[in-house]
Amino acid sequence: MTLNIFGGKIRVPMFCSLIIWALLWEVVGQSGASFIIPPLSAVFARIVEIVPTASFADALWITGKAFLLGNLIAVAFGVPLGVLMGRSIIADRIFLPWVNLFLSAPLTALVPVIMVIFGLGETTIVMTVVLFAVWIIVLDARAGVRGITPSLAEMAKVFGANPWQAFSKIYIFAALPEILSGVRLGMIRAVKGVVIGQLLVSIIGFGRLFELYSSRFLMEHFWALLFVLFAFAFTLNEVLAWLERKVDYYAATRHQ
Amino acid sequence: MNAMSASAIDTEPRAIVEVEGVSKIYPGGTEALNNISLDFPEGQLTTLLGPSGCGKTTLLKIIAGLIPATTGAVRVDGRTVTGPGPERAFVFQDFALMPWATVLRNVAFGLELRGVARSEREAVAEQYIGHVGLKGFEKAYPHELSGGMRQRVGLARALTVNAKVLLMDEPFSAVDEQTRRKFQEDLLELVARERKTFIFVTHSIEEAVYVSDRIVLLSRRPSRVSQIVEPNIPRHADPEDIRRDPVYLDTVEEIWQGLKKYLDEGI
Repeated sequence: MTLNIFGGKIRVPMFCSLIIWALLWEVVGQSGASFIIPPLSAVFARIVEIVPTASFADALWITGKAFLLGNLIAVAFGVPLGVLMGRSIIADRIFLPWVNLFLSAPLTALVPVIMVIFGLGETTIVMTVVLFAVWIIVLDARAGVRGITPSLAEMAKVFGANPWQAFSKIYIFAALPEILSGVRLGMIRAVKGVVIGQLLVSIIGFGRLFELYSSRFLMEHFWALLFVLFAFAFTLNEVLAWLERKVDYYAATRHQ
Repeated sequence: MNAMSASAIDTEPRAIVEVEGVSKIYPGGTEALNNISLDFPEGQLTTLLGPSGCGKTTLLKIIAGLIPATTGAVRVDGRTVTGPGPERAFVFQDFALMPWATVLRNVAFGLELRGVARSEREAVAEQYIGHVGLKGFEKAYPHELSGGMRQRVGLARALTVNAKVLLMDEPFSAVDEQTRRKFQEDLLELVARERKTFIFVTHSIEEAVYVSDRIVLLSRRPSRVSQIVEPNIPRHADPEDIRRDPVYLDTVEEIWQGLKKYLDEGI
């Protein structure tokens, strides 16, 4: 963003717009226009207040556990399936329509089905995370493997690699930039999954806290919790994007 | 071993790779090769030379066992080829190095796949890294090397598995001209030292005449063997002398005349 001030151009950092919006929020909040929008300063004060509490730590632990477990399952299942689909036309024909269907389907509507199968417990949350995260991981792993330089696959064959060696020593690494970007997108979806799952089950983790705060009109608490989750998702995305850039040269042969 | 190779010089070398009536028709109907029969003598460098897209790489990959022939058979060391095998190694046009692995691991990769212990395979790899002139680059990654150095890694990897037959698919085409010349000279040294059979694909007539014991000229698609040339050039001479040798220049001219008619047809 550049501004024209007194004829000279000044570069204004991007976060300045954030500051303007934050100020606007503060002003609206202070004016007491709506109970839904408490002053931003009060929300931040509330973050400092609730983060150290036991109920928050408890919710974080339960949510983090379900989130990590769900992602692990999604990666362990999604990456091999994606690699298989990228290498085998038959597997691709069998699975691709389903993967595409689930990728674009409104998955929230399926969560009650999972609830019926797995009950109102943590398993349901884990499965919801898997359901949200796995499809993009499959699709990206598939795209990564399909993008491998043909000569690299031939090299593995010519030097006598068996299918397992080709998978574990070549395909996984050559497709790693795409696989990681699939994992990153999967994790962002998983954040949605874990929150939606907990909201629908509403007796577990952050879902319970959200339910508690909104039913008692504790808007400062509500926003504070939301901010924490936003910050979490954003940080996760940035860390994974950084990792992705670090392994980008694995695909170097493709960029030549 | 020495006695064997000494007697092999006296007699006609045996054919280690036999190509018999090989045709290749790709799905979709493109006929790449038409009934090719060829013998590749042991311990020599034979070049497949022909116009672009004539199917020379296809023939090389059939010999490598990477793609199946539509009809006909390839025998290596008396055994019919059904897939890749440890008696053949391949040098790729685009190097085909693993970007995430060091030079050392790339070179040792063939042995790694065979389950050779780490210290053992790295000792062998280090030796060949030295042979191709990359000593000191063992810990470097491919993206830190020039094109020529990368192909040296590809060459070292092929040598490390100690295959009898080295298949080279336009190995110097992605390398700049100066590096190329040096490469060709090094290749001659390598052929003399390693006593392996080399099958070399190129579209450069000068390169073919400079490095080959035998040159197989392939016609345009669908490819047939149109001519076999055996350049009789003194191999032990100075590289500059070879490039000025009248036999070298005449052979280049002869092959050019042979290939020119395909170009005229193409236009």
